[in-house]
This record gives sequence, C-alpha cells and structure tokens, in this order.
Amino acid sequence: MLNTKDLLGIKELTPEEIYSILDTASGFKDVLQRDIKKVPPLRGKTVVNLFFEPSTRTRTSFELAAKRLSADVVNFSVATSSVTKGETLKDTALTIKALGADFVVIRHSSAGVPHFLSRLLDISIINAGDGANEHPTQALLDLFTVLSHKKKIKGLIIAIIGDIVHSRVARSCIYAFVKLGARVRVICPPTLTPPEITNLGIEVFHNMEKGLEDADVIMTLRLQLERQSKGFLPSLEEYFYLYGLTSERMRVAKGDAIVMHPGPMNRGVEIESEVADGRQSVILEQVTNGLAVRMAVLYLLAGVKK
Amino acid sequence: MNILIKNGRIIDPSQDIDGKGEILIEDGKIMEVRRLKAEGKRLKAKNGKKNSELRTPDSELRIIDASGCIVIPGLVDMHTHLREPGYEYKETIATGTKAAVRGGFTSVCCMPNTNPVNDTISVTAFIIDKAKKEGSCAVYPIGAITKTQRNEELAELDALKRSGCVAFSDDGKPVTNSLIMRRALEYSKIFDVPIISHCEDMYLSEGGVMNEGFISTILGLKGIPKAAEEIMVARDLALCELTGGKLHIAHVSTEGSVGLIREAKARGIRVTAETCPHYFTLTDEALKSYDTNLKVNPPVRTERDVEAIKRGLNDNTIDAIATDHAPHHADDKTKEFDAAAFGISGLETAFPLSLKLVEQKVLSLKQLIHKMTVTPANIMGILKGSLSVGSDADIAIIDPEKSLEVDSSTFLSKGKNTPFHGWVLKGFVEKTIAAGKIYDWT
Ligand SMILES: [Zn+2]
Repeated sequence: MLNTKDLLGIKELTPEEIYSILDTASGFKDVLQRDIKKVPPLRGKTVVNLFFEPSTRTRTSFELAAKRLSADVVNFSVATSSVTKGETLKDTALTIKALGADFVVIRHSSAGVPHFLSRLLDISIINAGDGANEHPTQALLDLFTVLSHKKKIKGLIIAIIGDIVHSRVARSCIYAFVKLGARVRVICPPTLTPPEITNLGIEVFHNMEKGLEDADVIMTLRLQLERQSKGFLPSLEEYFYLYGLTSERMRVAKGDAIVMHPGPMNRGVEIESEVADGRQSVILEQVTNGLAVRMAVLYLLAGVKK
Repeated sequence: MNILIKNGRIIDPSQDIDGKGEILIEDGKIMEVRRLKAEGKRLKAKNGKKNSELRTPDSELRIIDASGCIVIPGLVDMHTHLREPGYEYKETIATGTKAAVRGGFTSVCCMPNTNPVNDTISVTAFIIDKAKKEGSCAVYPIGAITKTQRNEELAELDALKRSGCVAFSDDGKPVTNSLIMRRALEYSKIFDVPIISHCEDMYLSEGGVMNEGFISTILGLKGIPKAAEEIMVARDLALCELTGGKLHIAHVSTEGSVGLIREAKARGIRVTAETCPHYFTLTDEALKSYDTNLKVNPPVRTERDVEAIKRGLNDNTIDAIATDHAPHHADDKTKEFDAAAFGISGLETAFPLSLKLVEQKVLSLKQLIHKMTVTPANIMGILKGSLSVGSDADIAIIDPEKSLEVDSSTFLSKGKNTPFHGWVLKGFVEKTIAAGKIYDWT
C-alpha cells in the first residue's frame, strides 16, 4: 500500500498512503493493548537505527516498534565515534549495507541526508528527522492522535506555535494536515518564520491570541535554547511572554481543543506546566501512538517490492 | 606548421566580422583573415599581397575544413579556479587548462584563493611558470586584494601587477572591510586594473547553502538571501563612485544586483559585471533533488532572477559571461548538502549553455561571442579574444547545430561536479586552436 521503498517525508506521500499508514497503525495499537505485545511479521529482518543526533525518545520508539514486530535492532550511534575519526556519511552507509540491514532509520542534523542514503542504498530508508526538513513519523503520530480525538481532520483548525523556521516537525505536520484538509496556522515571531511559508496554503500569525482563536488542535514546539544567543530572540522570558502556551490563552481556543507537544518540553519557556499536565493535554498519548505508527511504517515498507 | 581554416563562418566581434571566410595561421599567429563574397573590408597581414589568393599551400600546410561550423576567437574566461598551488587533488594548471581548451577557452584568468594565496610575486611566478610548462592555453593570474585574503592589509598590488597579475580579487570571500575595499579601489588607479568583487554580506549569508525563498523553506535548508549579494553590490558601487576606481562585479545572480548595476552605469560609474551560465540556466527548483552538484555560491536563484539576468545581458548591464569554474573532488561533493563544497565545474559546458541565449533570442550569436571573447579580454586588459592579424592563433571551431549529451565522466577537468550531466546541448567545440596548436575533439 506504499509505493516507495522509503519514507523520506510527508511531502512524498499521497493522502491515500497516509490513511493506509494510519489504518495499519490502529491495528497495531490494539496489539499494544494486549498482554503479549509481540507479533512476527519482521522476523529475520534487521533494523539499523542510525542516529547522528542524540534523541533518546525517537530512537527508543523505533527500537521498540521494530522489536514488537520481531525484527533485530542495531543501534548505530555515530554522533561521537566515527564522524570525529573522519568517516564520511558515504562510508557509514556502505558499512551498514555490508552488515546486511533491511531498514535504516536515519536521524541527521543536515536536511537531505535520507535522500542521499536512498540514492546510495537499495534498502528501506526511514527518515527519523533530517535538519529542518522533515520528521514524517512525528507528523503521522500527530495525525493519528488528532484523529482519535476528533474523528476527522478535514476542516479542523490546527495551530502550530514556536520556532517554525528550524522545525522539521512543523514542516511535516503542515504537509500532513494540509493534505488531509485541515486549516493550518503557524504562530511564531517573524524571526522564526520560514520565507514564503504561506505558499503552502497556511496562515501565519505573530500574535498568540489571534492565532489561537477557535483552534481545535494546539501544537507547541520545543524552543532550542540557543536561539537567544543567535539573535532570533532577545530573551526566553520575552518569548514566553509573547508565545508561551498558558491556561489564560487556552481560553480563546475551542473548549475541547487538545494540546500537543513533540517533546521534550521546556516547561516555562514554550508551555506552562498547568497546560502540559492539564486535562486538554494529549502529550503522553502521542508517545504511545508513536509506537503504533512506527510499527505500521516498518510493516508497510517491508511489504514493498524492491 | 601553417594552418588554413576553410569553409567556416567567421565571427569576430572585435572586428565586426560575420561571414564565410578563411583564416591562415603561421607560426602560431593569425596571418590573414579573408572574407569570401568580399563585403566589407578584407583583412590581411602587413606583408600580405593585396587582393590575392591566400598563399599557395605548401607542404607544411594543414587544412581544416570548418564546413557547417562557426570559427570564432578562442574564448576568454575571466573567472576560473585552477586550484594550483595547494589543491591539486581538485584541479591542476595542467588539467584546468585542458578543460579550458576542451570548452573552447584559450585564455583563463585564475582566482587567487589557492594555498598559499596568490598574494605574493613568488606565487604569481609559480603559476605563470607552471602554465608555460604544463598549460594548454594562456593563463593570467589574478592577485589577492588583501594579504592571505584576510581583509586586514592590502597585498603588494604593484609588485603583483608587475609580475603578471591582470586584476585583483579576494574571490571566494568578499572584502568585508569597507575601508580596505575603498583603499584597494583607490590604489588600483595607479595601474588601472580591475578590482573584482565577490559580493556577499557574510553576516547575512552565514550558514546558508542555497537561495533563500520558498524552495529553501520546503527543503529545510538554510537560505542565502538575495540581499546578501545586493548590499555588497550597492556598497561597492558607492565606493567605486567615491574613488573613481575600476570595479568589476563577479557572478551576478540576482534581479536586484542587475538593477543596481544598470542604474550605476547610467550615472557613469566605471563598473563592469559578469554572470555565469548557471545563473541564467537554473533556478532553485532544481535543488529539490538535494544534488550537491547544484550547490554553488552565490546560489542559483529564481525564475525572476534568471529573466532579469537575461535582460541585463541583453542591454549590456552585464558585460561578460564567465564560468566561475570551481572544480571539486568527488569526496568534497559526496556529502551532506550542508557539508558539501560550493562550486560547479564549468569550463566544459559554458559555451553550449550560453548558446541557448541565442536560441532564446536574448543575444545574437555575435553579441554572445562578444561577451565571451573581446569584452572579458578588454576588461582584464589582455590582448586576446580577437582574430585580428598578428594576434595569437587562438580559435574555437564550433558546430552550433550538433547535439551532444553532457557526460561528466568524460570531463578533462578533475572536477566532475556538474549539475548538467545528462543534458543534451548544442554547440560543443569541434576543434580548438591555442597559440597555433590544434586540439581535435571530434
Ligand atoms: Zn566568487
């Protein structure tokens, strides 16, 4: 039901493919509620987690997803070892191929690295985040989470708040929600707004109250703390004052709006604890759904003829 | 050996020649250019006989049949990176000049960002000497503006000039310090050579790897805004006006830069400008593949910019077409897009890509050849780019109708880094004659 060997981004997917992943994920979510959570479809397959950026959350989620499907998992952390020795990306990729991997889950700080690997290797490449380009499984799990609460995507108002320009999560979510018919808004300071982003058919707000008005889904992003020293922001306090998600501000959104965050959170910078832990928050559900979605992606890609 | 080129269409903008004719070469010099159907003036060597046939063929005469081809002055590239000394794994004077003659270029001006930087007469002498021994065409070094291109002190411009540098530039980097740029423009008036500016505001471009705009947004790559170039163009034009120096703007890539230069020229400011084939051929849309062969500085821009550059070429706001030939080893390109080197190996595709401008009616064939021969030669103050009697026999013979597919693996340059691999283009060079030596590419 997927037409490519890789999952490089949401950009490349059709709405049908997205729904097929989400449907498959809901099957796996049931599996995850069972007593015995392991199923056999990837027995004998090897998944390599190739992480050039530290990310315990995403790596653990992929690792567990692969293991639930009975695959063997190798974690290849390159952040400090080979790269400092001068090994190139190409050499690393060829090494992984020589190890006989069937899937590579790749996280890299540079956009386009999954595409580079895809050209170099004929095994399945799954993008687990490349620079400011995409983080497709995050967007898929966000869709899954929203669907489970709202039962539809079309017509919903989705507000994404924060450092949009540097965010792969924001981009993947914009593509995903727009493809399925939602109305997407981004709320961010002008210094963190990507050039010409409105061409994607979304609205840009620099004011929280206006941007949150009538929102069904509020997604706030992690603010990298070094943005201040790079001159994007005068101070984190000022950022919180202008763009922090507080219970006060939640009032302009719909009464049943849900709050999401891709994690890890900076409490008191982009989100107030009262909201993060409040009744509208679905942040922990996102983590569980992430597991089901990643199982679905691995499962479906395994079925693609190479 | 003497050479007679027959049956070709001779186009030499320096003498306003365009027509069928014959060229006789003796001892590496152009002896006679004879136009058939004698309209206009007939040109010949001082010792030639009036209205006579070309000299009778002797045993040493090699006859080249240029039927169906244009016969033009060897192209002049005012912006080449030969990489030697220091980066011989990317290119050498030997391989770079071979690539040049393959592309129809018989004169190249090489940028000083080598290692060591060409900021002293010993480096200049090394380049000139090496080019004499191993080069396939004429090489003119460009000296650095500042010592080690560090923006602190002027290099010894006069000494460099005397040892053979034809212009000055800190190319690869801008002269960030406006005061140093002012001094360079002032000081260069002693010898009236151009100061070539690589226009880039390094604060604005920091970390950028492609044009800033919608495409950089959807690729998640850091953009270089057009303003990074235009701010420096505007600054240098103001400094040129202030000093009366001779300014040349390298690799113009944006609509705004074209506008600034056009307006400055209209006010009588002494500025010239070049662009490169990729800036009127490609847009940032092409980067969707993340192909690092498209990574170049300044970056390829948008359709609007491409159109503006074409208008600038058409109305002579942009005087010349240069290659900015920037060869790299595959290891420097087979990388993450962010980490890959900037640059395109351009010598071997420049003319066919530029010939598209004729098809698109941006330039006439003669105007195009003007911008690739006598114009750059004049800007650099070198006696090249002309078929006038007595000149070095530097000639390119090109079939403008024959199509070929670009195959980077056949490049003579060590740098196979071209985004045009697989493109089918017209106007590859059939034969090049460099100082009387014949290279046959068919
Ligand atoms: Zn440059």
